[in-house]
Amino acid sequence: MAFYFVQFLTGLASAASLFLVASGLSIIFGVTRIVNFAHGAFYMLGAYVAFTLTERFSGALGFWAGIVVASLVVAVVGVLVEMVLLRRIYHAPELFQLLATFGLTLMVQDLVVMIWGPNDLLGRRAPGFRGAVEFFGQNIPTYDLFLIALSPIVLGLLWLLFQRTRWGVLVRAATQDRDMVAALGVNQKWLFTSVFALGVFLAALGGALQIPRDAVHHALDLRIIVDVFVVVVIGGLGSIIGAFVAAVLVSELNAFGILIFPKISIILVFLVMAVVLIVRPWGLFGKQEAPARRTPGLTVNPWRPLSQGERIAAWAGLAVAAMLPLVSGDYALTVGSEIAIFVIFAASLHFLMSVGGLASFGHAAYFGLGAYGIAFLAKMAGLPMIACLLLGPLLGCLGAAIFGFFAVQLSGVYFAMLTLAFAQIVWSIAFQWVAVTGGDNGILGLWPEKWAAGPASFYWLSIGIAALAVAALRIITFSPFGYALRATRDSLLRSEAIGIDAKRIQWTAFVIAGTVAGVAGALFAYLKGSVFPDSLGISLSVDALVMVLLGGVETVSGAVIGAIVYKMLSIWLVSQTDLSKLVLGGVIVLMVVAFPKGIVGMLETLRNLRRRSEPAKPALLKSRIEGAE
Amino acid sequence: MSTAPTLLSVEGLSKSYGGVHAVREVSFALRAGEILALIGPNGAGKSTCFDMLNGQTTPGAGRISLLGGDTTGKKPREIWRLGVGRTFQITATFPTMTVRENVQVALVSYGRQLFNLWASTPRFARDEAGRLLELVGMSGYAERPCGELAYGDLKRLELAIALANQPKLLLMDEPTAGMAPRERIDLMRLTAGIAREKSIGVLFTEHDMDVVFEHADRILVLNRGSLIAEGSPEEVRRNPQVRAIYLGEGLVYDARHREGLPS
Ligand SMILES: Nc1ncnc2c1ncn2[C@@H]1O[C@H](COP(=O)(O)OP(=O)(O)O)[C@@H](O)[C@H]1O
Ligand SMILES: [Mg+2]
Repeated sequence: MAFYFVQFLTGLASAASLFLVASGLSIIFGVTRIVNFAHGAFYMLGAYVAFTLTERFSGALGFWAGIVVASLVVAVVGVLVEMVLLRRIYHAPELFQLLATFGLTLMVQDLVVMIWGPNDLLGRRAPGFRGAVEFFGQNIPTYDLFLIALSPIVLGLLWLLFQRTRWGVLVRAATQDRDMVAALGVNQKWLFTSVFALGVFLAALGGALQIPRDAVHHALDLRIIVDVFVVVVIGGLGSIIGAFVAAVLVSELNAFGILIFPKISIILVFLVMAVVLIVRPWGLFGKQEAPARRTPGLTVNPWRPLSQGERIAAWAGLAVAAMLPLVSGDYALTVGSEIAIFVIFAASLHFLMSVGGLASFGHAAYFGLGAYGIAFLAKMAGLPMIACLLLGPLLGCLGAAIFGFFAVQLSGVYFAMLTLAFAQIVWSIAFQWVAVTGGDNGILGLWPEKWAAGPASFYWLSIGIAALAVAALRIITFSPFGYALRATRDSLLRSEAIGIDAKRIQWTAFVIAGTVAGVAGALFAYLKGSVFPDSLGISLSVDALVMVLLGGVETVSGAVIGAIVYKMLSIWLVSQTDLSKLVLGGVIVLMVVAFPKGIVGMLETLRNLRRRSEPAKPALLKSRIEGAE
Repeated sequence: MSTAPTLLSVEGLSKSYGGVHAVREVSFALRAGEILALIGPNGAGKSTCFDMLNGQTTPGAGRISLLGGDTTGKKPREIWRLGVGRTFQITATFPTMTVRENVQVALVSYGRQLFNLWASTPRFARDEAGRLLELVGMSGYAERPCGELAYGDLKRLELAIALANQPKLLLMDEPTAGMAPRERIDLMRLTAGIAREKSIGVLFTEHDMDVVFEHADRILVLNRGSLIAEGSPEEVRRNPQVRAIYLGEGLVYDARHREGLPS
C-alpha cells in the first residue's frame, strides 16, 4: 500500500513541470491562437540555462536565483522570437504557424549542442531539499514534496493574475473575443508579446525546476512537447485548470502505467486520451472552437488535371529517370531509389494535407509501420518479397485506420498535435517492446530477393511504384472522392449541407494516405535491409512536411518536386555540415515567412500572372462594383 | 393551393442560448409550392430557426416534421437527403473550386458517388451543372474560381447548389443580403419562378419588404424569438404590432412600397 502511495506522490511531482509547460502553451494559444511547437525548446533552454547559472552562483540563494533568472532569460529570448518571427505570421494559415515554430525547435536542438555539448549534464541538488522522508519503509525525496506543493501555488498565482489585475482582465477578454480588445484601443501588439513572455517563462521554469531530478540533455524538448500535447488535448487547449487536471492525470497514468504494462506503459495514456476525445472532443475543460472563418490557404487557384503537354512531360521525366542506370554507378542508384521512396512518402502526406487540409505532424508513423510490417512478414512469417510488398503496407493501413478515426474527430491545431502524439506512441512501442521489435537494435537482414536485389533493379522497382503511387493519388484527387475531400477542407458547413459525411470522407483519406506511406516504408525497409524505430520518428515526419512545403502546399503534385529537391539538398547538406538541423530549421522558418507557396506554387503563380495580364475582365469587374454597392 | 400536401410542419420549436431565448414556441406549416417569408428585425431568431430546420442546430424543444416524417435532431446531411436545399446568410461555398465544380460536388453527392475513387469529376455531370448554372444566370461564370466572385454572384451560386438535389423544400436565409436592389429583385423573381414551376416549397427571410410583399404567399413575423403575426401579405401589412416593430426600426416599408421600385 505504501508503495502505491509513494508512486502516486512521484506522479504528482512529475505533474508539476508538465503543468507549468502546458499552462504556458494554453495561455499563449488562448490569446494568439498559435500553438507554439517551440514550447518544448523553451523548456529545454530553461533547463540548460538554469544548469549553467546554478553552477555559476553558489549557495542556496544562488541556486534559487539561478532558477528564476534562467526562466527570465529564456522569457526574454521568447520576446525576441515573438517580435521577430511570430508577429509576421499571426495571420498566416495555422499550418505555417505550426511549421515555423517547429523550425525553431530544430534550430534550438543544434544550438544547444553547440553551446553545451552533446553529453547529459547532471545539475545540482536543490539546497534545502536534498534529503528524503521515510514513509512506511519507502523514501520520498523532499524535492518531490516541494514540487507537489508548487503546482497548486502556481495555479493560484495564475488565477490571481487573471482575475485581479488589469492585465489579466485584458488577457481574458482577448481570449474570448480578440476583435473586442482591438476595438477597446488596447495595444494589441504588446499584449501578445507579454502573453508570449509569460507562457515562455512558465515553460522555462518547468525546465529549470527539473534539473535536480533529471539530467539535462538535448532531446528533452520533444519528450516534453509530446506529453504536453497529450495534456492539452485531454485538458482542453486554452484552459489553465484543464492543464492542471490533465497534467496530474497524465503523470499518474504514467506512474501507474509502468506497473501495469511495464513494457508499453504509454498505452494507458493513449486509451484515456481516446476516451476523452470520443466523449469530449475539445477536452475536459476546453470549449468547442468555432470553425475558422478565413479561407483555408493562401490562394484560390482551382486545380486542373494535367493538360496533354504536361502529361507528355511527365512521361518524358519518368523515361529520363528510368535511364539513370545506363549512365551512373551504384551509389547514385541507391540515392535515386531513396528519392523515389520519399516521393511516395511526401505524396501521401501531400494528399492528406493539401487535398484534405489535414496537416499531420506524425505521418512517419504509417511509413514506419509499413517498414515494420515488412520486417514481421519477411522475418517471422517468411513470406516471399512480392507478398510482403503487398501485405506489409497493410500495417500502415491498420495504424491509420485506428489513429485516423480519432484524429479526424478534430481539426486544425488539434489534429496536428494529436497526430504527433500518436506517432510518438507508435515510436515508443517500437522502442520499448524489445521482444517483438528488437527495440533500439531494430530488425536486421531484410534483403530483397534476387530479382530486385541489384541496385538497378531495385531502382526500377522503386521509381515504378513511385510513378504508380503518384498517379493513383492524382486520379483520386480528381475523382468524386477527391472533390468531396476538398469540399470538407474548403467549407465544412457547406459540405455537410450537401450531404457529405465529412468525418467519414476524412477518415478514408487518412487511411489512403497511411497506406501509401506504408508502401514507401515497405520499400525503405528493403532498401536499407533493416528497420529501426527512427523510421517512425518525428524527424522523418518533419522531413515529409518540409518536402510538401518546399514543393508547394497548394499545388496538386508539388510534393514530387519538393521530395526530389529536398532529399538531394539534405544528402548534400549532411555531407557538408554537422549542423544540419540548424540549417533545416532556418530553412523552414525562412520558407514560411518569405516563400510560403513553395517551388511549384511560385511557378504556377508566375504563369497565372502572365496569363492574367493579357485579357481584361470587364464582366467580373462590373459585378464586383455592383456587389460593393 | 390549399389542397397541396403539407411539406414542413413545425410545432413548439424553441432554442435558448444561456439566458437568451433565441426562438420561443414557434409553430407553422408550409405546403408544397408555397412561398413563405419569415421576417423580423435582426436578432429575432430567424437564422436560428433555419439552423434548426436543416439540422445545423439541435432544437431545445419542439418537433419538426418534413414530408410527414419526424426530422427533429437529424443531421444536416440526412435532412439534405430528404430533399431540402439550403442557402446561408453568410455564403458558404468552396472557394478553391470553380463555379461549375461547386455545383458538380453537390451533384456528386446527390448521385451517391462520394466514395468513387476513379471517375473524373471535371467530367462528372458537367452538363447538368451547366444547366443549373444557366437556371440561376451564372453560365458565363462557370469556369471562374469561386473565390473571385462578387457577393451577389455567390448568392446565386448558392441557389444553384441548393437546387442540385432536386429539393422539395428550399430554406433561404437572407438570399439577397449584400446585393444591389436590382439584383435582389432579379434573384427573388428567379427563385419564385423556379419554385412555382417545380412546385418547390420555399421558406425565406428578407429585409427588403418590397421583395417580401411581391413574392410571398404568406408571411410569418418573428420578434424576439416569438411569432407575433402570420397571414397573407395584406393581413401582415395591416397588423399594428408589425408596423410598430418596423416603424421602430425606422423602416417605413409601406411608403416605399407604394412608391414602387423599378420592375
Ligand atoms: N450560437 C449562438 N450562441 C449564442 N447566442 C446565439 C447563437 N446564435 C444565435 N444567438 C442569439 O440568438 C438570437 C437570435 O439570433 P439569430 O437567429 O441569428 O437572429 P436573426 O437571424 O433573426 O438575425 C440573437 O440574440 C443571437 O445573439
Ligand atoms: Mg440571421
